Amino acid sequence: MNALVSTINELARRVGRDVRLMEVCGTHTMSAFRSGLRQLLPSNVRLISGPGCPVCVTDTNYIDAAIALCRRPGVMMTTFGDLVRVPGSPSAGGSLERERAAGAGVRVVYSPTDAVALARDNPAKQVVFLGVGFETTAPTVAASIVQAAKDGIRNYFVLCAHKTMPRAMEALLHDREIKIDGFLCPGHVSVITGAAIYRFICEKYKIPCVVAGFEALDMLKAIEMLLAQIADGRAEVEIEYSRSVNERGNIAAQKLLAEVFEECDAGWRGFGNIPRSGLAIRAKYAQFDAAKSLGVKFEAARPHPGCRCGDVLRGVITPPECKLYGKACTPTNPVGPCMVSNEGTCAAFFKYDRKAAT
Amino acid sequence: MERDRILLAHGGGGSLTRELIEELFLPAFDNPRLRPLEDSAVLSLKAQNYAFTTDSYVVKPYFFPGGDIGKLAVCGTVNDLAVQGARPLWLSLGVILEEGLPLADLRKIVASIRETAVEAGVEIVTGDTKVVERGKCEGIYINTAGIGEIVTPRRLGVAEVRPGDAVIVNGNLGEHGVAVLSRREGIAFHTSVVSDCATLWQLVKVVLDAGAEIHAMRDPTRGGLAATVCDIARASGVGIRLQETALPIGREVRGACDLLGLDPLTIANEGKVVVFCRGADAERVLSAMKSNALGRHACVIGEVMEKPVGVALLHTVIGGERIVDVPTGEDLPRIC
Repeated sequence: MNALVSTINELARRVGRDVRLMEVCGTHTMSAFRSGLRQLLPSNVRLISGPGCPVCVTDTNYIDAAIALCRRPGVMMTTFGDLVRVPGSPSAGGSLERERAAGAGVRVVYSPTDAVALARDNPAKQVVFLGVGFETTAPTVAASIVQAAKDGIRNYFVLCAHKTMPRAMEALLHDREIKIDGFLCPGHVSVITGAAIYRFICEKYKIPCVVAGFEALDMLKAIEMLLAQIADGRAEVEIEYSRSVNERGNIAAQKLLAEVFEECDAGWRGFGNIPRSGLAIRAKYAQFDAAKSLGVKFEAARPHPGCRCGDVLRGVITPPECKLYGKACTPTNPVGPCMVSNEGTCAAFFKYDRKAAT
Repeated sequence: MERDRILLAHGGGGSLTRELIEELFLPAFDNPRLRPLEDSAVLSLKAQNYAFTTDSYVVKPYFFPGGDIGKLAVCGTVNDLAVQGARPLWLSLGVILEEGLPLADLRKIVASIRETAVEAGVEIVTGDTKVVERGKCEGIYINTAGIGEIVTPRRLGVAEVRPGDAVIVNGNLGEHGVAVLSRREGIAFHTSVVSDCATLWQLVKVVLDAGAEIHAMRDPTRGGLAATVCDIARASGVGIRLQETALPIGREVRGACDLLGLDPLTIANEGKVVVFCRGADAERVLSAMKSNALGRHACVIGEVMEKPVGVALLHTVIGGERIVDVPTGEDLPRIC
């Protein structure tokens, strides 16, 4: 442990300039804050958080559409817990949590297969699952659609906003406001996709990538590996999380994803539209697509003025630089999604790193 | 009582209500103060100071590994008295039953209340039963209020903690919350973790008799250890530093928390007491705790400092430091 920190210090001296490393995984964000890892890094190495929280990168217009949909009679909305407290745009009003308190059918589930079971048990309802998340959660949603198709369940729908990580990482590299010297690549995503998906980042942009596990020690080791690459002038994909991740990933999960989804352009909070960064439900399974089957409209939405979640997600600012942070926007009364989600950077900052009242 | 489920009529105040009380509740809890079945119990008080507390129990599901809502309803209230330095004497018992509740379940719960009350040395001296329509509650809700006699000459309280104090806990954290969650519809997962639900008075008594200078005690129930240390840091105007390496957290609890994205520090306990005592007395408290079955895994988990005022910190395994905070959302509803 101490040896690792001193190697990191040594490498940072060798690099001899300011280095910005970005993690793009909500679990990494939380782990870094929970372990106090940042305080152990040398002063010229900064770990910044990117768009790794799936709830946070979800566009406001999606939340608005979900709120409008759950108000329809006969709709039973099912979702992972994090999403219920995310505020929609001020004009849409409220959140799914508030809609539930006002009587709308909104249920928190722990797996999309639970939503399929609810659809089976409530044939008179239209059961909608909010499909939000990266390559980690998308396979389970794909599996739920395949299962519903196989069992002939006709009242199960997915409001799909799944996203994939590599194109967002590329978008970050094109952003002039941000300078990234290395990526700590997400462990969970890579279990599914394999580490090879990051290779284009090394080849095209000469940015080192290390796939990291989730313990603080994993992250420190990955930071050491990134600094070693930077010191040597290398840019490669390396795997620190080798106990779970290989080059090729989980082929069965990839097949399932390809069976149900196809690539599409997607809107990301803070980034706008990123080509080929989303997953859409294929025509073959269109009946399960809530947007098509239930005629859901995504209207242009404006998030709360003053909310800088977008800038936080791109790593342009840290949460305390947002005027709303800790004042108008707190975990009890969140304005933006980064303050809501367990994996949100603002929530992590507020929870674990706000300056003590000394 | 040949019917096998609770009917609305059981709460109507008529013959079925009487039957329920006389055949089920009274035999279980019989004592001279309850027996007359008057509108209120008559109590004779002799000591100078008494502690009085109340708590409601809505745990879902009402049977869970290591206990049930009945055991919980006694332990929770008795423990609230105990950590105030009060010997638990009397409890009230209010039950709200859902129409259709299997009588067998109610019998089991009542037996469990009786058993736990005997163990804790408290009497149920007054009670009430209501029945609500099916769907208006989930099986059974319980409210208990308790009265206890203060036996410690020194005032214990959240505002009495001072720099230099040691923070001690009597055993593994997070077991109640994880046990309940493991049986929760929609999350159910396999684990051998059982609730730590237990009455703490005997353990607390041993600690109080150890001759140590105790400043405060708390049972870290809802909100877990995190809520307890945050409350105390704020109320006493001190800083609290916990050592992550010292925290007693079992592998299964840690694993379940990782899986569910929860912080074990915020998970509810029902058989734990956190003791804040003069630093020099830490060993004394520890060895007293270890003499009791519920304190076998007792350990010092942190210390109290002057600064940062009102804040609890965790010194992490890797040598970093972070704030300890309480959850804001509904991570774990209906845990007790």
